Amino acid sequence: MEFGPYLMLAMLEGAVLAAVLALMASGLSLTFGVMRVVNVAHGEFYMLGAVIAWFVAHLVGGGAALSFVAAAIIAPLAVGVLAAAADITILKRIDYDPERTIVATIGLLYVIQQVTLMTYGPDARPVEPPFNSRIALPWIEWGEGGPSLYFPWGLSTTSYKLFVIGAAAVLILAIRLFMTRSRAGLIMRATQLDSDMATAFGIPVERVYAAVFGLGAALAALAGVLIVPIQQAHYLMGGDALLLSFIVVIIGGLGSMAGTIVAAVLIGMSDGIISVFFSPTLAKIIATLLVALVLVFRPQGLFGTRDR
Amino acid sequence: MSRIVALHLGLVALLLALNFLLPAYTHGNIARIMVLAVYAIGYNIAFGYTGLLSLGHAMFFAAGMYGTGLILRFSELSALPAWGVGLACGAGLALAVGLLALRTAGVAFMIVTLMFSQAVYLIILYFGAFTRGDEGFVIEAADRMIWGLDLGQPQVRYLAAWALFSVVLLISLRLVRRPAGRVFVAIRENELRARLLGYDTFRYKLLALVISGTISAASGGAYALLFGYAGASFATVQYSIFPLLWVLLGGAGTVLGPFLGTLFMFYLIDIASGLTEAYMLIAGLALIGLTLFAPQGIAGVIRARLWKDLP
Amino acid sequence: MTKSTDHPVSTSRRTALKTLGAVGAAATLPLWSRYAQAQTSEPIRIGFQKHATGIGAAYGRWYERTTDAAVAKINAEGGINGRMVELVTEDDGTDPKRGAEVLEKFANQSKCDVAFGTLYSHVVIGSAPRAAELKLPYFVVSEGHHVASGILNRWTVQPGITDVKSQVQAMAPFVSKTLGKKVTMIYPDFAFGYDHRDNFSAAMKAQGGEVLEMIAVPPTETSFTKYFPKIPRDTEVLYHVMVGPAVLTFVKELGEFFGPNRPELFGFIDSLEAVDMASPGLEFLEGTYFWEGMPRYLQPDTPDYVKTYRDAVGIDANGASVNDAKDVSTAAHMFGCWETLHVIKAGMEASGYVGPKDRQKLIEAVEAMSVMPAGLAHPQGGKLFNGKTHQVFGPQYISQVENGKLVVKHTAAITDTLYADEVDYTAQSF
Repeated sequence: MEFGPYLMLAMLEGAVLAAVLALMASGLSLTFGVMRVVNVAHGEFYMLGAVIAWFVAHLVGGGAALSFVAAAIIAPLAVGVLAAAADITILKRIDYDPERTIVATIGLLYVIQQVTLMTYGPDARPVEPPFNSRIALPWIEWGEGGPSLYFPWGLSTTSYKLFVIGAAAVLILAIRLFMTRSRAGLIMRATQLDSDMATAFGIPVERVYAAVFGLGAALAALAGVLIVPIQQAHYLMGGDALLLSFIVVIIGGLGSMAGTIVAAVLIGMSDGIISVFFSPTLAKIIATLLVALVLVFRPQGLFGTRDR
Repeated sequence: MSRIVALHLGLVALLLALNFLLPAYTHGNIARIMVLAVYAIGYNIAFGYTGLLSLGHAMFFAAGMYGTGLILRFSELSALPAWGVGLACGAGLALAVGLLALRTAGVAFMIVTLMFSQAVYLIILYFGAFTRGDEGFVIEAADRMIWGLDLGQPQVRYLAAWALFSVVLLISLRLVRRPAGRVFVAIRENELRARLLGYDTFRYKLLALVISGTISAASGGAYALLFGYAGASFATVQYSIFPLLWVLLGGAGTVLGPFLGTLFMFYLIDIASGLTEAYMLIAGLALIGLTLFAPQGIAGVIRARLWKDLP
Repeated sequence: MTKSTDHPVSTSRRTALKTLGAVGAAATLPLWSRYAQAQTSEPIRIGFQKHATGIGAAYGRWYERTTDAAVAKINAEGGINGRMVELVTEDDGTDPKRGAEVLEKFANQSKCDVAFGTLYSHVVIGSAPRAAELKLPYFVVSEGHHVASGILNRWTVQPGITDVKSQVQAMAPFVSKTLGKKVTMIYPDFAFGYDHRDNFSAAMKAQGGEVLEMIAVPPTETSFTKYFPKIPRDTEVLYHVMVGPAVLTFVKELGEFFGPNRPELFGFIDSLEAVDMASPGLEFLEGTYFWEGMPRYLQPDTPDYVKTYRDAVGIDANGASVNDAKDVSTAAHMFGCWETLHVIKAGMEASGYVGPKDRQKLIEAVEAMSVMPAGLAHPQGGKLFNGKTHQVFGPQYISQVENGKLVVKHTAAITDTLYADEVDYTAQSF
């Protein structure tokens, strides 16, 4: 394939990854921003979203579109409630101590993985997309008679992939509006800035924490529902996703939602584009070292402010 | 001799005596646990004493493992010098990583170490022609000899693991009771205050990380020699999480904690897997339970309840 | 009975009963004698290293079902040397460190006579040194080339499944004669993939074909479209093999990339093992070819012993579980467990195996084996065991997708799969 179309294809693929990553990392960024805890089980909430989507598709029936909509409602709700319950029963009791939270969420990760393995099984299972048509994309060629359009071999995407990019953008915009315009968002931001002061003003900080933890998990689950028609639901799919969203959140700057989005786009796109130029494993080595070096020389992330 | 020294020497003596008493399966397990506990002790110096929460110690373990293994595979050197090369690899890597990563702190430090470790893992895969990638390679029995003793023999293996563990345990005990160790703790408790007191905290943190990385590499190299295998799975994130878990379970910032945590975790999984296939569920619940009810870890609880001066 | 969390006890009991019914007629000993034997002698204990958790779990589950069925069949026929077989199952987490620990547990705690069943190469390579030190016969079912390449030891044998080197080179004649001479390969970027790359490109060259491009994909990858533009336009055949949980994505995206005009596709069924051929997005595979270790779908000319084997394991005509049509088996690999257990039985009977002190005699008896005729003990086909390299050789199947089912089109003979010995384990000491 020629270079131009190749690069475009890589960018399209990168955009899909970026979209899902942005959604998932927003959840992680939210919990980290407000609660200052690292949730190692975040990847498992993403996996649960995908797995629940499979269960819904097989229990609801009535066609791929209907079950997709049902999954998009049920999965985030169920996972959000589960996470809020975990927050109340575990994290609250250890007083959100950073180190103990890491161990407790590692424990949670094991529990969720094992329960999924025992109920859902070890297979990677597909879920049918609500719609999926292959869209061949044109490319411009400058020939003798000026520019002309043609359809290069293999340059294509699917309608569902475009939908994922669009849906993620809409959802992220909605979160942003929720955080900036709604009363609940205001309370969350107040708690993020100073939880002691928020308590003094009569904000039920404990309930806010449970809600934030649930909301963060619900976003991960939603990302899982969106990705499962492209990939498959598998009980170990959370690991790599967690690693990537970690990177995104840190590079973007802790607690900065806007930074998280930009970083997701950067990381997602670069994953696609670097692989055009280098052998894939070498590309991953370079990308990994780049992330490390960015942090070394700008530890607050690209958009964070140096506050701690 | 103080009670503290007596306690640690007592453990060393007990482990030596167990060599002659244990049934075969437990004997093999304890040998392995001692090797892995060395890794945990190394991790504890950075995390437990100096407060450096690294998520990338698998790279130091792997540096020791591959340093030792590749030398044996491609050169004429014998086991002990090869292990020395493994140690040097770990120390060098820790120095390089430390110089960069210690410019950061907190969560950024976690991610930077995680990323460097991930890069090391990918480099092992990338140079598959030498490392055989994810499959790893067997270290030939003929290469696993020290002074004519075959490290594959149960007795020799146990005693070698015991010797390494004892030396590292006593080094760690001595280190934390010396001035340098006290500066480590001061940095963990309040780095700014330590700096105001005139300590070059960057240098001390670098020192702690290099000691920690070298000990981790000693464990990785010993694992390769004693169990005859080097593989990329030991460089994955999982193997960076393990020492963190062991140390937290056993008690961060205690000398005995890493050993207790490693022992506890090994038998938790071994016994639970005999009872049910869902042993990860039991391990997960146990971790959650420990954070809820014994947050200082096993040795931490002993220190809080029984023995205030336990180092 | 072994523990199993994947399916309720009642089903495995039903499967076991069915096995008894299916093979009962073939039992050689009268009932009373079987009963007496079971009463008087200690069972033979076989340690089964199972990938119950971790990346290999989908394979582990089917390996266990096949193993359970084979043990039930062997016991129904009177066991080994008149003694019942008892399976000791341990999860290795698909991890080499835990794998080695599990072998120690077999040898020193549960007092197993032999260890058996490992699939993933890194677990085999991590465990094998311990098998040699423990002097525990270690029967792997891995299809890796590690045994025959000589890097393991005298205690490790692979008598129930062919290795990837012989599989791959046996494909080249068919590919070059039937599909095309210009091949592009896509394979995972680690040792298993390199076995494909090196052996297939060499075999293709010997057939007068050429490999245009070799595209390695990192094993952690979850999306693949970005690699496909590297496929040259003049490719006649695309050779693909992928493993891990993302295999279905790989094949689906391949279809989306090519759209209506694809080259010929030749794949290793590893790309779709345990995956339903009727999954959404796989329609474009119609007419493409796959290597199969053993046919997944019931073929029109299937011999009776294969039917008996399939019934015993509990798979239907589509190669899925009889209890759940969506639960697709790893048919191209799991037969290796069945055959290996029969080799263990034959070896123990030939060597007059009584207890652990006869382990060396058992290995020697297996090394002395050569021709293994097709039949209920070897349902995948007649085999040839090479005692020097500890590796078995057998037929390979090439199937085409027709109406969403794999139909065998060509069977590569054993002679196509042979290669020069790379090691002589019999010259090594015990």
